[in-house]
Amino acid sequence: MSLDIRRISVLVEETVSEMERVLDRPVKKAAAVAVIRNPFAGRYIEDLTPLVEAGAELGRLLGERCVAALGIAPHEAESYGKAALVGADGELEHAAALLHPAMGAPLRTAVEKGAALVPSSKKRGGPGRPLDIPLGHKDAAYVRSHFDGMEVSIADAPRADEIVVAVAISIGGRPLARVGGLRVDEVQGMDGLR
Amino acid sequence: MPEPKIRKFLTLVEEIHHEGGKPAAKPLRRGAVVAVIANPFAGTYHDDIAGFMDDLKPLGLDMARRLIDALGGDATAIESYGKGAIIGEAGELEHGALWHVPGGYAMRELLGDAKAIVPSSKKVGGPGTRLDVPITHINASYVRSHFDAIEVGVPDAPRSGEIALVLAMTTGARIHARVGGLKAADIKGEDGLR
Repeated sequence: MSLDIRRISVLVEETVSEMERVLDRPVKKAAAVAVIRNPFAGRYIEDLTPLVEAGAELGRLLGERCVAALGIAPHEAESYGKAALVGADGELEHAAALLHPAMGAPLRTAVEKGAALVPSSKKRGGPGRPLDIPLGHKDAAYVRSHFDGMEVSIADAPRADEIVVAVAISIGGRPLARVGGLRVDEVQGMDGLR
Repeated sequence: MPEPKIRKFLTLVEEIHHEGGKPAAKPLRRGAVVAVIANPFAGTYHDDIAGFMDDLKPLGLDMARRLIDALGGDATAIESYGKGAIIGEAGELEHGALWHVPGGYAMRELLGDAKAIVPSSKKVGGPGTRLDVPITHINASYVRSHFDAIEVGVPDAPRSGEIALVLAMTTGARIHARVGGLKAADIKGEDGLR
């Protein structure tokens, strides 16, 4: 399938203080969001391979856009996540086809490594709906300081025959993380969990 | 007045390829930068607030630089602009008006001799409030192809004692502009209108 991208938005959020405390290191989160045409809107199609292939292409493109927007080297990325919002005439399974079978590998290339599962969310909705992209540490899913998320919304998308596809990457966890759990300096990064 | 206390920045860049018509050879870029700052006047009525405009000037320049960088770094590529503010609920609409002078000054300072008034919008709202920031041509307000807007919002801002300040810029006209009026190529650029 030739991927029809109508628009791409890139957001960078840089938190420099929280609760009147200036952070030692600002937390930076980026999201790259593509609006694509859903070739299967309005009808049931058994074979979703074209969307799986589009997912691979988007994993690379959106991952690279996030890394570029953060102004970092790929290995400096700490957390990642992905999400999709399917327009009204599409099916939740279309989001699954984009996100799950093939997006992970090129996304991991974009951030160098990435042993952990890429956390994800999906839903169906209309233009302007907020989409919460979950974030987790890319090498060890149990790093508690990096359990986070990033909300995005595109005012004019998804139209009924579109899908909003988003990848988020961060450097840093929550601004004032202090609820314990596995710390970044304890990560082994072998099994993707710890 | 002390210098503004900044909590976070949000930078947004949209790359628009098409909207159902022929994809543009050069995609339109629309961008916005938001700074979330403490509102020094929140909670009580202050008669004398105008001095804060000067305090906001360095922040305005920083924001304008961030936005031009996010749009590719070339100030001469910027064709239209706008600004706005969302004031947290312990503040007053008038606090948003403090942004007119420093916001406009900052963009003109970096965009050269921009002639046209900077269109603006402002409102009081809570975290996640969306603001439609109007956008018009930097040298001639009547250029119809450049009448545009960008929607911005920060999911966790403004808190009640905060203000979200916004600058917006684009690299061109609406993606399929075709409703006539004054063309960018025909402007005189003397009075800021035509």
